[in-house]
Amino acid sequence: MEKTEKTKDHIISYRTYLYVLGILIILTLISVSVTSIYLGPLTVAVALIIAVFKSSFVLRIFMHLKFESRLLTVLVILVASLVTSVIIITLLDYIYR
Amino acid sequence: MNATADIHRDDMASKFGMWLFLFTEMLLFGGLFIVYSVYRFRNAEAFHLASEELSVAVGTINTLILLVSSATIAMSITAVQKSDKRLSLILLGITVLLGIIFLVNKYFEWGEHITEHIYPGSSILSLRGHGDVLFYGLYFFMTGLHALHIIVGLIFIGFTVVAVSRNRINSGNYVVLENCGLYWHLVDMIWIFLFPLFYLIT
Repeated sequence: MEKTEKTKDHIISYRTYLYVLGILIILTLISVSVTSIYLGPLTVAVALIIAVFKSSFVLRIFMHLKFESRLLTVLVILVASLVTSVIIITLLDYIYR
Repeated sequence: MNATADIHRDDMASKFGMWLFLFTEMLLFGGLFIVYSVYRFRNAEAFHLASEELSVAVGTINTLILLVSSATIAMSITAVQKSDKRLSLILLGITVLLGIIFLVNKYFEWGEHITEHIYPGSSILSLRGHGDVLFYGLYFFMTGLHALHIIVGLIFIGFTVVAVSRNRINSGNYVVLENCGLYWHLVDMIWIFLFPLFYLIT
């Protein structure tokens, strides 16, 4: 009980949220400017990598995953890898058909 | 106060329940992203040209709106934890306002396409070929489903605003607000992926 009380009461400061918001805005502007340059197939990769970075910030700080039970983080990673692996397997099927 | 403290409450379980629901949401949108990637792979040229017709400016503004709204709802939880009811209500109010602005932008964006006869089932759109039909079909369906989530999120936040103002959500019991925040962040995160896939990858 003591332990759950402690994790529950973790207060994240306003400043931390504002820093994270700043990072997210900068990453958005980077992805807009990078994709406006023609990089061919790399554009997709760059845009998606930036999106993954952004969502990791949202998950860890905004959604408090950093301060919650480790089990939740493991579950999120499992669901995310399930979706990505199905996308990759499906695309491999279409590419090498 | 003492009466409520005696009632059995399991905040951890409550949050886990919310996360399990969020996982089903991730799988729902994940499925749509699979459909998107396959059709994009098979109609690369048409998707490329069609996505150039979307306004990057409006998309970017909407992305920034959702990011700020995510930060404000997260900060409203800090405010509740610090028993700052007024600030919490202000931050929740800003979140709702930003959500509404997002929807208004979306309305004008869709409206512009529809006046140009670009919508699922439009005969003029079907003349432009299979790839365009698929792109706009996915565009309207995925951003529409996302907008529906925004509306649900706004209703959810509306309930928490009432609860905070009536002190039913307070520094000792704020798990509902946390769950509401989790939902809103998920909706934000889905947009983080929708935005580059529809607006940027041209």
